[in-house]
Amino acid sequence: MSYSDYSVGAPVVDKAAPDGPIETRWERRKFGVKLVNPANKRKVKIIVVGTGLAGGAAAATLGEAGYQVTSFCYQDSPRRAHSIAAQGGINAAKNYRNDGDSVYRLFYDTVKGGDFRARESNVHRLAEISRQIIDQCVAQGVPFAREYGGLLDTRSFGGVQVSRTFYARGQTGQQLLLGAYQALERQVNAGTVTMYPRHEMLELVVVEGRARGVVVRDMVTGEIETHLADAVVLATGGYGNVFYLSTNAKGCNVTAAWRAHRKGALFANPCFTQIHPTCIPVSGDHQSKLTLMSESLRNDGRVWVPKQIGDTRDPREIPHEERDYFLERKYPSFGNLVPRDIASRAAKEVCDEKRGVGPSGLGVYLDFDDAIQRLGRKAVEAKYGNLFEMYERITGENPYEVPMRIFPAVHYTMGGLWVDYDLQSTIPGLYVAGEANFSDHGANRLGASALMQGLSDGYFVLPVTIGDYLASNKLPEVTPDAPEVVEAEKAVRDRIETLLSINGTRTVDSFHRELGHIMWDYCGMERTEDGLRKALELIPELRREFWNNVKIPGTGAELNQSLEKAGRVADFLELGELMCLDALHRRESCGGHFRGESQTEDGEAQRDDENFSYAAAWEYTGRGSAPVLHKEELLFEYVHPTQRSYK
Amino acid sequence: MKVNLRVWRQRDAVDKGRMVSYVVEDASEDMSFLELLDVLNEKLILSGDEPVAFDHDCREGICGSCSMVVDGHPHGPEKATTVCQLHMRKFSDGATITVEPFRAGAFPVIKDLVVDRGAFDKIIQAGGYISANTGSAPEAHSTPVPKSNADRSFAAANCIGCGACVAACPNGSASLFLGAKLTHLGEMPQGQPERWERVVNMVETHDDAGFGGCTNTGACATACPKEIPLDVISQLNHDYLKATVGGRRKKA
Repeated sequence: MSYSDYSVGAPVVDKAAPDGPIETRWERRKFGVKLVNPANKRKVKIIVVGTGLAGGAAAATLGEAGYQVTSFCYQDSPRRAHSIAAQGGINAAKNYRNDGDSVYRLFYDTVKGGDFRARESNVHRLAEISRQIIDQCVAQGVPFAREYGGLLDTRSFGGVQVSRTFYARGQTGQQLLLGAYQALERQVNAGTVTMYPRHEMLELVVVEGRARGVVVRDMVTGEIETHLADAVVLATGGYGNVFYLSTNAKGCNVTAAWRAHRKGALFANPCFTQIHPTCIPVSGDHQSKLTLMSESLRNDGRVWVPKQIGDTRDPREIPHEERDYFLERKYPSFGNLVPRDIASRAAKEVCDEKRGVGPSGLGVYLDFDDAIQRLGRKAVEAKYGNLFEMYERITGENPYEVPMRIFPAVHYTMGGLWVDYDLQSTIPGLYVAGEANFSDHGANRLGASALMQGLSDGYFVLPVTIGDYLASNKLPEVTPDAPEVVEAEKAVRDRIETLLSINGTRTVDSFHRELGHIMWDYCGMERTEDGLRKALELIPELRREFWNNVKIPGTGAELNQSLEKAGRVADFLELGELMCLDALHRRESCGGHFRGESQTEDGEAQRDDENFSYAAAWEYTGRGSAPVLHKEELLFEYVHPTQRSYK
Repeated sequence: MKVNLRVWRQRDAVDKGRMVSYVVEDASEDMSFLELLDVLNEKLILSGDEPVAFDHDCREGICGSCSMVVDGHPHGPEKATTVCQLHMRKFSDGATITVEPFRAGAFPVIKDLVVDRGAFDKIIQAGGYISANTGSAPEAHSTPVPKSNADRSFAAANCIGCGACVAACPNGSASLFLGAKLTHLGEMPQGQPERWERVVNMVETHDDAGFGGCTNTGACATACPKEIPLDVISQLNHDYLKATVGGRRKKA
């Protein structure tokens, strides 16, 4: 039986989801949760893996509540988690602009932006909480951009027609993360949180069907340690690095989530990947990562390519009437601010027509000439100065003089571990927050919504819902000599030993690059039946070669960056296969998942609600063995699915 | 382009360490400096050597992981640029480039170019925050912040905690890092209640961690990839004096 002969299992049901009027669901759920007595919280241990917005916020808040928290991150400090790199902003339905915004509109925009593949209840809760997040962050001293009257400034982002994005220059993620980090360090000081930087989670400990701990590797000494607890939270980010080149940090990986998946947590919608339209194009084979240029640039920059194929003139010499401002032409009402999936695909289309620009032909212009003439260079500099500088450092070109060249790149993964309304996975006691879960963005995330979701999960949702599990279940004590613990630790040691003993002829990076090419070519911006089937042949072959021919110098008992990478790439080699299968089985286009076979006459994504209005949650059955598909049907009681139109 | 590298190699914290020379023949001017090290490491692995260990993560100049001294400058000679954003077009063909870890008493070397900057987290733990438990915040617009304060606060909050200031300082002082956090929080109305307590606790922790004192050489601000202004140290000294000699700090 081949991997693509998956079977369909029982539907997966979100038992925590409340019903009734949507605007009362979160209130009623909060009232419905059992509470842990404050005196008992001190005796409850919670592990939080990852210190980005979701993990940092969760660990800090759980610590404030009085739980005993243990927090892990692979970086040398929790402040370095990749949330720090988010540039543009954070959405919130404050309606400070009096432009018709509301919780309901943010909810509506997010469900629609996600192309009707997200759960309504979750999205509405996210929109409600968005307002509290801004309050919380301001109280922490986050230096948001302000107007002269001292009040908060906002800007517009793709896919919406209101101005609801709060920002701190082009470094909003950094400032929000530092807020969460500082709150976390405050709890370290208070003794409620114990922090383990430079520790990587390599296995989940499941005892009697419940998540009870993690096995981690101390990345400095190589020591393998087991940490036990009453519940485990994974806030370990997305898996965009399966493509090798992405806007993720080099260390971002799927290992923690994948280990949990192998232990029984369902993995939902793995093929839902966001390709961000405005990144700096690839410059050569040495390229190690891609750099995003914030979506906020599309507020003032105009995207274009020459009308003529083969027009290699300096862009400044191409007159306006010979330029194709293709987003403004195709989508007159949203123009350059269409959602990310649409902008990316439009850029790919013009490059496929051989009208792309730059040495590789894989690029389009993002031009600020009009904005500079309209607003003046100073105003443009105040808004985007740091982004322009970054562009110039990387490309050696001055965007005040010459239009930027941009091209889509992998940026975010909407898929992730399946969770219910409480953010609990299918393993009791295992909670998943932030990008690591699949819950709120459907098939496409709107700009400035990742920060909102990470902080919503971490500050406001998870600390409440996890209490229900802890108060409702009497958890027996687990000792380090329990067979499940010993077995988990042994699995980690065996795997490291196997990796080190292969001593082949290829580096880890060479495998990672090859996997990335396969994923980009066949599971990237456009997917087809033939391409995905091809990828499903290539990936297992590559995985076999990896396990026979990878070369990892050094030992396991020291800081060994090749070994760290090898463990992550080994998991990407399994995840990639599942992503391709998920993309193959979903014979519709929706959001970031574009199937060549399913498009409208004018080339837009054609959804198939009759057959695919569900989240696809996959069950692991063994490496390379066909997984089982569990469907969660999606009901749309409020926002009725329509063909998304931004025209 | 061809590049000659002299790289600090040190097995672990107790190893004495030494400079080792390598040649990379096939560098490209579009590479970042870390991509040059990637190319070197691929070669080292295939020839049976150990790759050079170095900290890095986002590679877009914001996480603060990368930390090496290139040709005597923390993050290299390019102004306002982290080493991950330093590109080879800034070097000439055939150049010899020296690469060392950030060196400071409070940043012990772990391996090769990797150092332990955990002392920075300890300084933040001592008071680099505003105590506002989740859920306790008032409406965001209930406290307007003058734009000039917000802007100065942001300029200081821009610090990425990389430690270049410490590596550049002849005394191994982290005063710029300290001053940046104190200014970030101290410019905000929300930061006032804990202001005097904060400065004393953070300074004490800084000193205990083995960082040196400030003698106003300004090397830190010159090396800072985020151009944190030197006047945050004046702010630090001002707040520290007011808190201690000025008696603003109320003993608990």
